[in-house]
Amino acid sequence: MDSWPAIDDMAAGVQKAELRAVDLVKRSLEKIDKSKEYDALISINKEGALERAEAIDKRVAKGEKIGKLAGVPFIAKDNFLTLSGKTTAASNMLKPFEAPYQATAINKLEAEGAICVAKANLDAFAHGSSTENSDFFVTKNPHDKTRVPGGSSGGSAAAVALSMVPFALGTDTGGSIRLPAAFSGVVGYKPTYGLVSRSGVVAMASSTDVIGPLSRTVDDAALILEVMSGPDELDSTTISRDKKPYNDLLPQIRGQKVGIIKEYFDEGLEPGVRQVVDDAIKKLKSAGADVSEVSLPSLPLALAVYYIICPAEVSSNLARYDGQRYGHFAKEARTLQDSYKLAREQGFGLEAKRRIMIGAHVLSSGYYDAYYKKAQTVRTKIIKEFEAAFLKYDFLVGPTSPTTAFKIGEKTSDPLKMYLVDIMTVAANISGVPAISIPAGMSDNLPVGFQIIGPQNSDRKLLAMAKAFEGLK
Amino acid sequence: MSSKYLPTIGIETHVQLNTKTKLFAAVGNDAREVAPNTLISHICVGMPGALPVLNEGAIKLSAAAALALGTAPQKLSHFERKHYFYPDLPKGYQITQYQAPIIVGGHLHIDNNGQKKCIRIERANLEEDAGKNTHPAGADYSLVDLNRAGTPLLEIVSRPDLNSPAEAKAYARELWLLMKYAGVTDGDLYHGHVRFDVNISLSKDPDKLGTRSEIKNLNSFRSVEGAVTYEIERQTELLEKGQPVVQETRGWDEVQQKSVSQRSKEEAEDYRYMPEPDVPPVELDDKYIEDIEKQMPELPPKIRQELAKIKFDSKVIEDILDRPEAVALILKVLDTADSEATRRTAFWVLQSAGNPANLKADKVVELSKMVDDGKLSSTAGKTIFEEMIKSPETPDKIAKRLKLVQVSDESEIEKIVAEVITQNPKAAEDVKAGQAKAIGFLVGQVMAKSKGQANPEVAQKLIKKQLGG
Repeated sequence: MDSWPAIDDMAAGVQKAELRAVDLVKRSLEKIDKSKEYDALISINKEGALERAEAIDKRVAKGEKIGKLAGVPFIAKDNFLTLSGKTTAASNMLKPFEAPYQATAINKLEAEGAICVAKANLDAFAHGSSTENSDFFVTKNPHDKTRVPGGSSGGSAAAVALSMVPFALGTDTGGSIRLPAAFSGVVGYKPTYGLVSRSGVVAMASSTDVIGPLSRTVDDAALILEVMSGPDELDSTTISRDKKPYNDLLPQIRGQKVGIIKEYFDEGLEPGVRQVVDDAIKKLKSAGADVSEVSLPSLPLALAVYYIICPAEVSSNLARYDGQRYGHFAKEARTLQDSYKLAREQGFGLEAKRRIMIGAHVLSSGYYDAYYKKAQTVRTKIIKEFEAAFLKYDFLVGPTSPTTAFKIGEKTSDPLKMYLVDIMTVAANISGVPAISIPAGMSDNLPVGFQIIGPQNSDRKLLAMAKAFEGLK
Repeated sequence: MSSKYLPTIGIETHVQLNTKTKLFAAVGNDAREVAPNTLISHICVGMPGALPVLNEGAIKLSAAAALALGTAPQKLSHFERKHYFYPDLPKGYQITQYQAPIIVGGHLHIDNNGQKKCIRIERANLEEDAGKNTHPAGADYSLVDLNRAGTPLLEIVSRPDLNSPAEAKAYARELWLLMKYAGVTDGDLYHGHVRFDVNISLSKDPDKLGTRSEIKNLNSFRSVEGAVTYEIERQTELLEKGQPVVQETRGWDEVQQKSVSQRSKEEAEDYRYMPEPDVPPVELDDKYIEDIEKQMPELPPKIRQELAKIKFDSKVIEDILDRPEAVALILKVLDTADSEATRRTAFWVLQSAGNPANLKADKVVELSKMVDDGKLSSTAGKTIFEEMIKSPETPDKIAKRLKLVQVSDESEIEKIVAEVITQNPKAAEDVKAGQAKAIGFLVGQVMAKSKGQANPEVAQKLIKKQLGG
């Protein structure tokens, strides 16, 4: 069996003792072992995962109820703090870091019986779109080893595409779940901002950071959201969740008003990607959706806004990594100033340093109004344009990325080119709305992602629509 | 002090809020005499992924502070991050308020030896305290204690409305009183619960301000006064010599009573303020503010009025206000009994070093009545008051236990008087001859024979009666 059963079936099987959690974990570990060449993972929690699986099987034997994810193995991006093993954020700064507490999202998954088998590679501190900014190694695209898997949740996307696990966790600050999902050919879901607690996840840009699943199907993604979502007293930006279960979905396309985002179809769009996306839109139409084109004129500014606000928050969030209390520290430093300078010089990679410098600059007195404040003004404008569009449309659609997965090394010398990769994903982050990338077809043997965006807190509806679209193939 | 220059003084006061837990973490807030780094959590240490969660108690106390300062809290306020690197600042930024603080405006009244003045408040922002660095002598390392990191502070900034050391001291004390009585802070000055930063400049032209210096971290009213006095002298001397005053931060040497330069403003850092994305803005509605208003305790201005009604002089009133733990008792007595009982209670409180916070007003009134009725001497009353602080017994029982009940029954004392006169014929003769001193001697003998329990006034009256003096 190369592929995994649906997650709810698997959990039900474990609960009924038809499947053993230990076998599921072993199968995952075998798959991981066979896929080493893709460099998707930073650490593997073999003993810990097997122990947990045995404990679950024993509890099942005693007749205990385990939970919605009984015995289901998963992989977490290595910026989720876990009590077993290290949490590195793929950075030299946190290379030795063992977390003293665990992310709320991990706690919630484990409480329902899920088992974390490994931690996945990412761009260090989630800064990037390809995993090439990992301080350790580059993850390879499961469809073409010479290409990137997308980023920053590239290890998580590759792990799901390679069937190491039925689902993986990612974080999406500017597209870091949806982009690698599109490049690697899996489902990548970014929930409404605040729906899943950020507590215990290494912060990148606090006002846009969102936690979500990468999975093979929309149903699986919905089940994971169902388990992870809800207010958390450790994160005051969390919001109340839908009362109905998120995985109880009634797929419907007929009569849904769908807006095609005009700005995403300009000359930058690769013809092969355009072909797949046009086909997807045709399918929606013939299934009865009410489709028309919509323009959000400020959308082309979203990337510029993002690359001011994000580095500003990054420069602030990375200030705590000062080599004094945990993580990397500079043994050779003899003065306080040196210990700061050397620890940060040695612990941060190029991209982290670049973002710290940009961020410190846009926040410095004399530049704040011209950059940060102006970016916040435009951000508000984009939010308003989305709100206006959602008065007329149930969903907005377009490609997840203008291209398919690019070659390893192709964009590393030009940071601006790399930033442009996020051009179709950042808008959902700066406006906090939910968005999903679903595999829609192939272009030159590489996967193409179709993006559906919904209004704030429309997560159930959005997932239902995505499920319906998934069924059209 | 030269009278040519007008001093202009503004004071920034850090008031530590007496919340149970820290501003953004569910960890104990009282770091007094606690082992280093035991009041910390992943939030206080600035772990990766740790998020601040606002303590609602700090908002309540800030709202109470606003009301005590004659204004209402802002209905919308938010937090900012202030960035700098220092080992006592684990996140690399302090969460504070910059653009929209919780208090804007307000005022308080000072009374400087009878001269009343209104001092305006500019703003007050809610922020977290840093930890504490210590540098062991001779060691090549420093120690960091994060127990205090994250303790809520209200930084109250006055307008530059103060013009003399005495006014500065009066402001510091009045602000302390208001915050203490409003229940905002424990106000423990020794442990730095209230700290003052004083800004001073001199100018000949009352419409123009001179260059200011700032004396930081003063923790008593006296050091506020001392620092201002010293700065005025220092700056006057500079100006007289035609030398410029440097805009700088200075520390206060309590022992030598002088200020010392710490850093000049040219080296001032850019804090790169940024809205705090992890803490949603604070929104307060009318109902919230009204509820806090209803729960406000009585504040010094009102208490002064109450006590002035029974003709306490202002010095005594201020002495009473300096004993906040006893004020409730005094007011309760005033409420339920007469002014004589209140005076007596106040007198007992001011004479006592004990904490009478737990005393029941009705028992104290009972005690006062016993003195009124001649059952106790006033000295015995004071002794029993001290005893009541330590023991839950009624004053009556304590009086009996300590044998302090005064005998005023004339027939009983008459017997003793007769005995004393018989035993001291010489003194009796002297009294008859009109020597007042001899009466005192005989009264003393009566007191001794009654083991101190006879009412001396009654004894004197009876001696005179028997001897016809």
